[in-house]
Amino acid sequence: MVSARSVSVGPGSLSYTDLPWIIQHREDRCTLCGHCTAVCPKEAIYLAYRRQRIPKLDVLKKKRGNEYRTFVGIRQKKNMANACIGCSMCSMVCPNEAIQPVPNTNEHRTLFFNNQKGEPNKRGGRRNKVGPTLLDRIMFNRISMLTDPALDAGRHEFNVTTTLGRTLDPAEFLKRTREGGWIPPTREIFPFVIGSMSFGALSPNMWLGLLQGVAYCNEVLGIPVVMCTGEGGCPPWVLKSPYLKYIVLQIASGYFGWDEIIRAIPDMQCDPAAIEIKYGQGAKPGDGGLLMWFKVSKLIARLRGVPEGVDLPSPPVHQTLYSIEESVMKMIQTLSTAFGHKVPIYPKISASTSAKSVLNNLVRNPYAGGLLIDGIDGGTGAAYNVSMDATGHPIASNVRECYLDLVAQGKQNEIPIFAAGGVGKNGNVTQNGMALIMLGASGVHIGKYIMQSVAGCLGNEKNRCNVCNVGICPKGITSQNPKLYRRLDPDLVAERVGEVFMSIRTEMKKIMAPLGRSQSLPVGMSDALGIGDKDAADRLNIKYVC
Amino acid sequence: MCRLALKTASEAFSPYEVLQGMEAMQEGYDGSGLGLLLRGLDFEDFKYDSKYPILSGIAHSEEAWHRLTGFMEKRGFELKYDHEFETRPELIEAKDRYRYFLRAYKMPASLSAKSKEEIENELMLTRLALRKDGEDHGNDLTCFSFWPDVATIKEVGWPLQIGDALNLSDNRIKSRVCMAQGRQNTNYGINLYACHPFFIQGIATMTNGENTAFVPIRDWLLGKHFPGYTGYQSDSETFTHILHYTLKQLKLPLQAYKHIITPLRGEELANHPQSEFLTGLRDSCRRLIIDGPNAVIGTLPDETCMLVMDQKKLRPATVGGRPGAWAIASEMCGVDAMVPDRDPSLDFQPMREHTIIVPPERKELTIWSQHDPYPLDQAA
Repeated sequence: MVSARSVSVGPGSLSYTDLPWIIQHREDRCTLCGHCTAVCPKEAIYLAYRRQRIPKLDVLKKKRGNEYRTFVGIRQKKNMANACIGCSMCSMVCPNEAIQPVPNTNEHRTLFFNNQKGEPNKRGGRRNKVGPTLLDRIMFNRISMLTDPALDAGRHEFNVTTTLGRTLDPAEFLKRTREGGWIPPTREIFPFVIGSMSFGALSPNMWLGLLQGVAYCNEVLGIPVVMCTGEGGCPPWVLKSPYLKYIVLQIASGYFGWDEIIRAIPDMQCDPAAIEIKYGQGAKPGDGGLLMWFKVSKLIARLRGVPEGVDLPSPPVHQTLYSIEESVMKMIQTLSTAFGHKVPIYPKISASTSAKSVLNNLVRNPYAGGLLIDGIDGGTGAAYNVSMDATGHPIASNVRECYLDLVAQGKQNEIPIFAAGGVGKNGNVTQNGMALIMLGASGVHIGKYIMQSVAGCLGNEKNRCNVCNVGICPKGITSQNPKLYRRLDPDLVAERVGEVFMSIRTEMKKIMAPLGRSQSLPVGMSDALGIGDKDAADRLNIKYVC
Repeated sequence: MCRLALKTASEAFSPYEVLQGMEAMQEGYDGSGLGLLLRGLDFEDFKYDSKYPILSGIAHSEEAWHRLTGFMEKRGFELKYDHEFETRPELIEAKDRYRYFLRAYKMPASLSAKSKEEIENELMLTRLALRKDGEDHGNDLTCFSFWPDVATIKEVGWPLQIGDALNLSDNRIKSRVCMAQGRQNTNYGINLYACHPFFIQGIATMTNGENTAFVPIRDWLLGKHFPGYTGYQSDSETFTHILHYTLKQLKLPLQAYKHIITPLRGEELANHPQSEFLTGLRDSCRRLIIDGPNAVIGTLPDETCMLVMDQKKLRPATVGGRPGAWAIASEMCGVDAMVPDRDPSLDFQPMREHTIIVPPERKELTIWSQHDPYPLDQAA
């Protein structure tokens, strides 16, 4: 049957209630200033002219007719490309509270149409899963009471740092000291590390703000925070600066930016904090980095040594890889040698049921300085939605089983395990991090939480915003477009970095003090943990409490 | 929070003196246990050769007693002396005490050709085998120590009452060193093995307070897979094992113990003359950092006595005495009671960086600070 062309509704036609976010506009308040339409990153709203008919009946003249009124207003586009993402930039810039996006509580239809032109949904952000995470539900319940009073978080001295890098068994340490042997390098760092977000994923202003903040934490506040570059190199002025010691340089399967890094080695004033070799990422395990062409600006192209405006998908695996064991061993050893065996080298893998095999491989590799395990709740600047939502392994049980495996071998002090993936997802960053530490992690990496807390990233688990991948970040955090990233003041970002880490440090003390701990980070202090979920308690080998 | 008393004197004395000293501190314990460890033994009815290892413990049944005697014979140990306590069972709460034993043995001839380390291992393994035997038979045999010149008595109840029950005031046993703990039962069950002092291969310590870092420390020690690192009915047993690990396995001097359990802070370490070595030592022994609040009082095979505090010093202990007799106690009144004829103005309460050492000569105290140069060429 021939379709009725007169009805302009096709399979993909959507109405306002089909969209995830609905714009509410109050005509009576709008001054038509145009700020909202100008700021909207999706061009989801436009100024519309409308005509209204007003029936007119002149009884005396026995005449019927119409009058017409024209009016203007803000309207929402209904096509997928311009669907509102709920970022609320319109309401933030509106001088008159005339506009705001409202989440659609109806089951919306865009889920079925977000694969336009045969391309599956890609986005930034995290696994879209709301509600308390398992980490949020863990309680610290071994409180020192009568026999040993709790400590005073405000007055006692606390040692809250951790070791990054391989530590020798005491007997081996003494032997090598006696014989003048090589002692693997270590760093004493704050256990909350700013996780790998690349110069490319982040805007130059965001990166500058983070770096300033990290330097301030170290040099003024005395909090030894380090941050990781992610794949994509590091600006040469940073490589040759004294601030490099706060930077963990990442090498990943695309090797982006490593020409610059290797060339800068002779000019480095200090060693980097560490080198992270990325084999996997929790948000998109088994997948490589994905910097889409929108973000490959002139600056990024130069840093990465690639042409401008091309997609930069990193391969899922390192191309030199014959077997993971061989690759890990060779890469770790090569990088250790490149930096004169003075810099800790550690791999980052996505949490996986096979994490223990990687770990045990590292235990036997004298150059391996740790293992970072990234869980399914980790964030990313760009990935296929299906990878983010459905692929991966939660971090808590993965870290726990790896730690217990080391305990069985008596090696838990030798290879530090760092955990990442969803730490601070619901804002409870210190609680989440300390829970992982007591499960056995030596520290945690936080990325998305940092974007949200220091730069006001708007993304959330209800798929708000999450457009980091296409370079239209309304806050200028993940954009390479100067018109957007000039919105972000690096000084204000730096100030927030300081505030966030001061606050984490205080909360750490508030968690440690009631447990009677102050002298060392309570790594593996699982007797302090409880959870009101019997299955989780059994799996994590902690107490079930109710 | 337990009460601790140690007395060391050139002239052997009765352990009852120390129990009386403990009475001065009785507010601090609840009668849930007493532990006594004696070194430098002197028996009234036997000329003791200090080479003979002494097996200390309790047989809870006749059957256990026979198993014990049979086991020791089979293992080749020849009984030289069997101390019989004149007990008053009515003063003991527990009713399953068939026999308290302190038995001195001559080593088997087969051990004479072995190295010192092998002999020490054999003694430890013998003790552990007896302990396991008891555990396998419904805990009918408890074995506290098996070592030359060391006797251990542990029992549930009020310290002085236990002393009366075993008639310790009769001067039949005397020693030059006596460690005693009056137990305040905390969050672990009343268990004879939970009574301090803890003992492993000649090294003994006792502690008050709680070990808040117990689980990570225990996990690390268990990972060493050393047979003697077992038990842990009390969180304080880890302190003994750390001291053993420091002295026997790492073969470090006594001063290293303090650097391991309470390393200096970052900036203090940076200013220390052996900064690099001590930072490395801290890193490699990081899982052995204690978090207190504790006073750890220990004795070594050569009759050296020591006292250290945790970093926060929330359980201060005091040392005082005169040449020839010294006392270490968790309370000042305990020192007063044990060595009254001293100059109390010279009593000393160590700070967090101090290790108090009373050397075997007992002439004067050594107050060693972590800020002092570390006494080993390894650090050079």
